[in-house]
Amino acid sequence: MTTTLPLSDDALAASLRDLRSAAPASIGYGALVEAGLADRYATIPTELGAVFVAWNGRGVSWVTKAGERDDFELRFRVAVGREIQPAEALPNDLGQAITRRLAGDRRVRIPLDLRGRTPFEVAVWTKALEIPRGEVRPYGWIAAEIGKPKAVRAVGTALAHNPVPLVVPCHRVVRSDGMIGQYSMGGPDAKRRILAAEGLDTRWLEAEAARGNRYTGSDTTHIVCHTTCRDARRVTDRHRVHFPSLAAAASAGYRPCKHCRPVSLAGVA
Amino acid sequence: MDTDVALAIRLAGDVDAAFPTLVAEHSDRLYTIALRLLGDGRDAEEVAQDALVRAFRAMHEYPHERIAELRLRPWLASITVNLARNRRRRIDDRQPPSSLEPMLDAGYDPPSDGAAAPAVTAARRETQRELAALLLRLTPAVRTAIVLRHIDGLSLAETAQALGRPEGTIKAQVFRGLRELRAMLEVAPEPLVPIHAPASAGQPLRALEAVR
Repeated sequence: MTTTLPLSDDALAASLRDLRSAAPASIGYGALVEAGLADRYATIPTELGAVFVAWNGRGVSWVTKAGERDDFELRFRVAVGREIQPAEALPNDLGQAITRRLAGDRRVRIPLDLRGRTPFEVAVWTKALEIPRGEVRPYGWIAAEIGKPKAVRAVGTALAHNPVPLVVPCHRVVRSDGMIGQYSMGGPDAKRRILAAEGLDTRWLEAEAARGNRYTGSDTTHIVCHTTCRDARRVTDRHRVHFPSLAAAASAGYRPCKHCRPVSLAGVA
Repeated sequence: MDTDVALAIRLAGDVDAAFPTLVAEHSDRLYTIALRLLGDGRDAEEVAQDALVRAFRAMHEYPHERIAELRLRPWLASITVNLARNRRRRIDDRQPPSSLEPMLDAGYDPPSDGAAAPAVTAARRETQRELAALLLRLTPAVRTAIVLRHIDGLSLAETAQALGRPEGTIKAQVFRGLRELRAMLEVAPEPLVPIHAPASAGQPLRALEAVR
């Protein structure tokens, strides 16, 4: 087929104008996502089953158990106030980072989009990130570490509102009496499951707590730790000593471990 | 451009709130600029999106007064042209000019109004394809001037501003571009599809292979 191409200036200009194209919709939405004004989400497998991970150009914005897409999208729009659309998969670097973090690599950096959250909440979540895989700390420990020793209840509330569970391991924070406590991703049972997957014997932990054993010391070093501290778990049975409180440990001449930094919860409501 | 002035003022007040409007109003033209400079739809998509994101980040760095005074059309065009130039360099690095990779992409079809007869539409598409291919044979500077001035529709002054060159230079480049396009059209008896990356300027058009 031969076409007649316009040779006059005006006709040529008109043909050039005809080369205008409509952009695929993904460009505009992609730009909004990169700018952090809209989000995308994809599904990843975890120990707790499939979860939705939402993200934008600033980082991961939301993690929740996978379910009905419409329901999730609606909840996201209401809670976060941004548009969200499904994607095939997470961006490569983000997906790999999350996989490594869930496998226990604490050094991997995962950008988080925590806009709109209070400095207190961010401090609580940041502190939770320091708890190693396979260990737990009480709510009161986080409160003390962030310089708000009396805000134990507020710490619990902040952890319950953690928008990025698993990525920020709020499941590694337990009740100050050593019991497992609540968990936003499916209650205490889910919390036990994820802790077990991380190598923690939760039945043993809860049994110790029931016996009033909150802290573990070594009679050779005279150092006292949280029961799940990796240093405490290296103590041989012959030398292991249990304490119901730090005060009891202190009066027996034990000093707190420098790794897990147990703090006195005496006087805390 | 009155709507652009109003948009710049809104952006100066709140970049985040007004940015979606900028995206809605400028995505098509930035995509078109990138597509006609590069000839590849995928590259053009990335360049256009990147240009929007860079504009967003730049505005977050600028003081309010500077945003309010932005002339959005030439400013966004210049960001896109620079990104397309960098992209072109990378494409050339990974694809030697002898490559047989198809280098032309007709791009997204503008929404059809349904009025045109199929034969007319087909002929028009053929014309678009030919012209898009010929554009890629212009030197980059001349092609850029033509794309901004005649496809995007910037004024001579806006094109000069976007490219940071004197108006006289742009005028000469546009003139030369139109003349070269016309010359190529005159010796093109049949629809043309380039069989390889841009040949050196001045190479006879017969080197292109006519299809069918």
